Amino acid sequence: MKYSGFKVLWEGLKGNTGWKPLWRNPDPKKNYEIIIVGGGGHGLATAYYLAEKFKITNIAVVEKGWLGSGNIGRNTTIIRSNYLLPQNQPFYEFSLKLWENLEQELNYNSMVSQRGVLNIFHSDSQRDAFVRRGNAMLMSGADASLLGVDALKKLVPFLDFQNSRFPIKGGLWQPRGGTVRHDAVAWGYAKEADSRGVDIIENCEVTNFLIKNGRCYGVETTKGVIKSKKVGVCVAGSSSQVMGKIGINLPVESHVLQAFVSEGLKPVIPGVITFGAGHFYVSQSNKGGLVFGGDIDGYNSYAQRGNLPVIEDVCEGGVALMPMIGRARLLRTWGGIMDMSMDGSPIIDRTKIRNLYFNGGWCYGGFKATPASGFCYAHLLATDKPHNDAKDFLFNRFERGGLIDEKGQGNQPNLH
Amino acid sequence: MLIDHPLLGLRDSSEFIYRGDAKLLYRPNWKSKNSKTKFIDYGYLRKNPAGVHKELWYHEQGDRSWLVVTRNTVTHEILKVELARDTKGKLK
Amino acid sequence: MRNSSHPITNKQKLSFTFNGKKYFGYKGDTLASALIANNVKIVGRSFKYHRPRGIFSAGSEEPNALVELGDGPYKEPNTRATNIELFDGLESSSQNFLGSVNFDFMAINDLLKNFIGAGFYYKTFMWPRRFWEKLYEPIIRRAAGLGKLSLQADPSQYDKGYLHCDFLIIGSGISGLMSALLLAETGGEVLIVEEDFILGGRLNAETSVINGNQSSVWIGQAVKKLKSLKNVRILKRTTVFAAFDHGIFAAIEKKTDHIVEKSSKPRQINWKIYTKLCILASGAIERSIVFPQNDRPGIMLAGSVRTYANRFGAYYGQKIAIYTNNDDGWRTADDLKNMGLEINAVIDTRKEIEALSSSIPSYLGQTITKTYGRKGIKAIKLSSGSKLNVDCLAVSGGWSSNIHLTCHKRGKPVWDDNFKNFLSGGNGQKDKIIPVGAARGVFEIQNIISDTNRVILSLIKKICLSMPNRITLSCSKEQYRCALDLVSSSDPSNSFIDLQNDVTQKDIELSFKEGFKSVEHLKRYSTLGMATDQGKTSNILGLASMAKLKGTNISEVGTTIFRPPYVPVAISAFAGRSRGKDFRPTRLTPSHNAASKRNAVFVETGNWLRAQWFPEKGEKFWRQSVDREVIQTRNSVGICDVTTLGKIDIQGKDCSEFLNFVYTNAFAKLPINRVRYGLMLREDGVAYDDGTTARLGENHFIMTTTTANAPLVLRNLEFVRQCLLPNLDVHLISTTDSWAQYSVAGPNSRRLLQKFVDKPTDITNENFPFMACRELTICGGIMARLFRISFSGELAYEIAVPTQYGNALFDALLSEGQEFNAVPYGTEALGVMRIEKGHPAGNEINGQTTAQNLGLSRMISKKADSIGNILSERESFNGPNIATLSGFKPVQHSQKLEAGSHLISEGKKPTMENDEGWLSSVAFSPTLGHYIGLGFIERGGDRIGERVFAVNLLQNKITEVEIVSPHFIDPEGIKQRG
Repeated sequence: MKYSGFKVLWEGLKGNTGWKPLWRNPDPKKNYEIIIVGGGGHGLATAYYLAEKFKITNIAVVEKGWLGSGNIGRNTTIIRSNYLLPQNQPFYEFSLKLWENLEQELNYNSMVSQRGVLNIFHSDSQRDAFVRRGNAMLMSGADASLLGVDALKKLVPFLDFQNSRFPIKGGLWQPRGGTVRHDAVAWGYAKEADSRGVDIIENCEVTNFLIKNGRCYGVETTKGVIKSKKVGVCVAGSSSQVMGKIGINLPVESHVLQAFVSEGLKPVIPGVITFGAGHFYVSQSNKGGLVFGGDIDGYNSYAQRGNLPVIEDVCEGGVALMPMIGRARLLRTWGGIMDMSMDGSPIIDRTKIRNLYFNGGWCYGGFKATPASGFCYAHLLATDKPHNDAKDFLFNRFERGGLIDEKGQGNQPNLH
Repeated sequence: MLIDHPLLGLRDSSEFIYRGDAKLLYRPNWKSKNSKTKFIDYGYLRKNPAGVHKELWYHEQGDRSWLVVTRNTVTHEILKVELARDTKGKLK
Repeated sequence: MRNSSHPITNKQKLSFTFNGKKYFGYKGDTLASALIANNVKIVGRSFKYHRPRGIFSAGSEEPNALVELGDGPYKEPNTRATNIELFDGLESSSQNFLGSVNFDFMAINDLLKNFIGAGFYYKTFMWPRRFWEKLYEPIIRRAAGLGKLSLQADPSQYDKGYLHCDFLIIGSGISGLMSALLLAETGGEVLIVEEDFILGGRLNAETSVINGNQSSVWIGQAVKKLKSLKNVRILKRTTVFAAFDHGIFAAIEKKTDHIVEKSSKPRQINWKIYTKLCILASGAIERSIVFPQNDRPGIMLAGSVRTYANRFGAYYGQKIAIYTNNDDGWRTADDLKNMGLEINAVIDTRKEIEALSSSIPSYLGQTITKTYGRKGIKAIKLSSGSKLNVDCLAVSGGWSSNIHLTCHKRGKPVWDDNFKNFLSGGNGQKDKIIPVGAARGVFEIQNIISDTNRVILSLIKKICLSMPNRITLSCSKEQYRCALDLVSSSDPSNSFIDLQNDVTQKDIELSFKEGFKSVEHLKRYSTLGMATDQGKTSNILGLASMAKLKGTNISEVGTTIFRPPYVPVAISAFAGRSRGKDFRPTRLTPSHNAASKRNAVFVETGNWLRAQWFPEKGEKFWRQSVDREVIQTRNSVGICDVTTLGKIDIQGKDCSEFLNFVYTNAFAKLPINRVRYGLMLREDGVAYDDGTTARLGENHFIMTTTTANAPLVLRNLEFVRQCLLPNLDVHLISTTDSWAQYSVAGPNSRRLLQKFVDKPTDITNENFPFMACRELTICGGIMARLFRISFSGELAYEIAVPTQYGNALFDALLSEGQEFNAVPYGTEALGVMRIEKGHPAGNEINGQTTAQNLGLSRMISKKADSIGNILSERESFNGPNIATLSGFKPVQHSQKLEAGSHLISEGKKPTMENDEGWLSSVAFSPTLGHYIGLGFIERGGDRIGERVFAVNLLQNKITEVEIVSPHFIDPEGIKQRG
């Protein structure tokens, strides 16, 4: 179904009787060319790009729960390409460029809103690190600028410039960063993948992989056996669970990250603001809620909920950075399962089982990567070669030592 | 969460620092065959179960004990808490 | 209107304002009850269509009556009028309108309903692409949100508190009080938490009779008894808002919200409650019924109409109708009638029942098909076609157990078909939350009494405490039967489900049509239940509606789960006192006072405040001070507080083996009274920390760490000690705070220190050479430690004394140093001198660089095992092309360098592919008279003398630099050994 303003008007006049489901609800076929395990943002994007860019449409996306039930539906909706390392930054910039045309491409308004991402710094050495990062961004073709305190006072006058424990010394500003209506991304990809013939099969849990002579030829599911030439796993927080079915240990731990939203307020916060002296970042949604977050809780968890210490830590950061939000009220908190990798960077690679592929380890940064992750995974699944912008996201980097450790925290997933 | 410290009783988890999988107790011998592969496995690969998990917690805001906590990662229920050096000792 | 014979009218009269107009109420009122008594009908506007809305409920579930309180920085948006305790001088106003709340220009949206239903924005506003940020989104954002923030810092204070109990009882209604009375007898610590400002819960809203009297008599007796018990504590005005793991609950207590004076007392207290068991006596929440135009001011929940009448003597109008699908609606009719109000009709959706009151006109098996009166209900039309004039419509769709808290740990509610209600999913004992009374789905008072006895007594039995007697109460008998007729069949676009978010029956139908059928999709697509009330009164209507569309029942459709918090909580309340300057603790160095006296400018280094430089008269710019400090130190002697460096005292007979393992280089053979530089790796082979370690005895070492890593290194050493090498005899303790330590650097440093060191200690070069250390006394007997180490490259020492002598020693070093023109120097001069000397610091050892990058690979001893040893051998860590630490200077000496610049060879474009490295630290070297920098560049060691470009696109600067040795001054180390 094609959407447009005209269509909305026409349907409005007709009493909205002509709308159709965004995607079908098919039963699985016996055979596919490719099965994507995981109907989240990355899985659906992969299916879409396989169909659109690589013209492979005989695909099933199998999802354990409801479509988009994982982190695509429970994140803080930020997009940005403000990474430091050469293995990361071009990939995230590629992703940002895909975001910029996504709505037109998918004919679905996921409200890609480039209102900017601001990282505040509070010390000279933090500034040095941000200058290095800003230069890396510019060298990769992204945008960045360094803002002094005067510029910040104009852009975000409500920050605590007077009385803060850690003085605000400036910020790194990426105007093209911003936010996206997260659920709509999954729905948009699903709609367009479906319209190209991809079968999206919800409530269908993969219970095992079909493997013979070191090759994968399909999956067993709660809806029966489904065969395929290739299987691509893309299940974020459940990565270890799914790959564990065939005894593969991953360089991944699953952790809980909480997110927060306030009651609806008349918009005052432009773009995304990240505190440099505490764990807090915030944006304001188009409904008016302050959407904010901070650190992961820090312990392995599959519970999709967190505990009080992190809520307090995040709110302390928020009130320290912008004391004017103090009387706003926290409305809801929720948690998602993060596939925290050992160096904080993702994996898009083949596995030791032939025809079985893996995409995961996105930590808490998977949302912004959704389009590029899907694109690069589709590239790998279709051509068997890594995409140039994801060529370092391989399993063997741990063996070789080619770590992609943006935060410099080492093999300690809860610190990334 | 509350952790039942074997020496100090129930303590709030916010007093602790989390380190992860208790397999880190069992560092490979550097002289062993394939020691590099073993260290990579030790350093990077995790079982990451959805269920019972043996894991290391450090009582940083307390007595600086390293503890081995047996905890369910789905319900967060804690089944057992031991001093790391005791579990290590048992193995020797 | 107010019932003039209601006891509340005997209480203190209070004045308050709403939308600028002055009104009166009584002590004991809520803002909502006072507004009703004053016949104010339109209280706010809905979120999307800006429809006029009035008070809908009498509690935390309120979706409509959100107001702004207070003024200036005290302004508090989105406050539920139903939860505000009235006080004299309260100021309140409506929100979310353009114009006035009575004439809201944004109400135009209401006419566009057909075009802006659920999810319309996903289908349009996509062309032209650039218009989203420029045109469409600004319009959407202008309409977004409810109330306004003041944009000023929250001036109130918030405290945190900790409570420990055996039994937390949430709610003080009949089941809560009974539970408390029973559990108190076990001797366990009981904590009763009540959201309201009076105890008694729902009983306060009812005319129930207990033991032959009004229920208030029994409440009074029960409370008196409980208050007399030492093991019972009662918190009023306190809402338990979240349940966490292992019996930890969070509660917010309003301390001064109901007091007009903004005192210095905390506004709210955020309690952390640790309990063994939680009794959830949170009652139930009434739900509405979906019918056309069911959102008009004057349409209220029937139980709330009853609450306002019974508890506050407040009611709207004289012509009241009840619309119900259950027996409880009739109870409202009875109560109002008994108060002397005119009940026009009871419309019951159930056909097969008989009228429960003979004196009230009843319409059985009928529904409401239309209502009239945009700014306040005037009439209703029934399915039979008859039209009735009413000025208040009380609606009851039945009651839902208030099981919000049981969902916080993701307990899925289960459907109870008997009372048409979701009950706690019952994680049982593990959850530690035990519902009683209405929260357990028991709705009739006589059953609540017996069931609460049963549940609590069996609980006490289970945990083997001494058994109290059951509580015997006689009471009026109630009957509650409920049908599930919740959904309208006509005019779906005007039949509201979620009042606050303006989700209509039509939106549910649209979601269904577009495939958003799963409850989670429905919630996300239609925004059902995502408003500030989390759909407390409405979720079930949406589920019923979806069930009808799917041709199934609610239990098949399932439900989403409530998320913490139960009610929205001020963000400040979570921050408590950790804000402003107290956001994090401030650590002061021992010489802080002495430095302040010398006008030091301080800088935040982690939690420490350190002297950054010491401006002297006439110095206008920081560089003037820093350059002077460097020159004076290098020419004579300078003193710097280096206490912040971590100090770890290591003792035990195996400590040299231990050090060999944690450092890459060997320490076992370090002689006593000598210091050695050590490098630490993480187990992944990346450089982690560096510092010097001194050997004070055969089995006694003092390790220093960087300031930033002090706690982390101790943590890792403890890990090695307890987890990896538990058989070694090693003991560790941090002594960072115990010793004040000063760097005394410069050619005159020895002469200065000789004035302090007690005889016979000899610190001449022969007897106390470079890298020597000693425990000694100074100033006639003060314990001290002296280390001959140098970060600046000068002849230098670090002297440590117990912290209490620190400030005095700093002063003394400077006054005794006057003859040498001794200077205090700060962290800036320290940084300049270490860059001149080529020592790596935090910008170089940043967790991403290796020993190989730092040019320290020689330090990794292959003779013994050490942390990180094996993994540092990996291929990407080694090889000829890795970036190595190098020095850089501008080819044009007048040019400035910028840290963070990337290094690009001549003739190459500044792209990621051509990136060869970066400048990590730069400084102006007053010693050399130009800028210098440390940085990393591929094959740096082989490229000395080569010129490359330091590219800083961010600030549009490109500087040609020459690669040099990182040791800008005294590369042979003659000075420090002199």
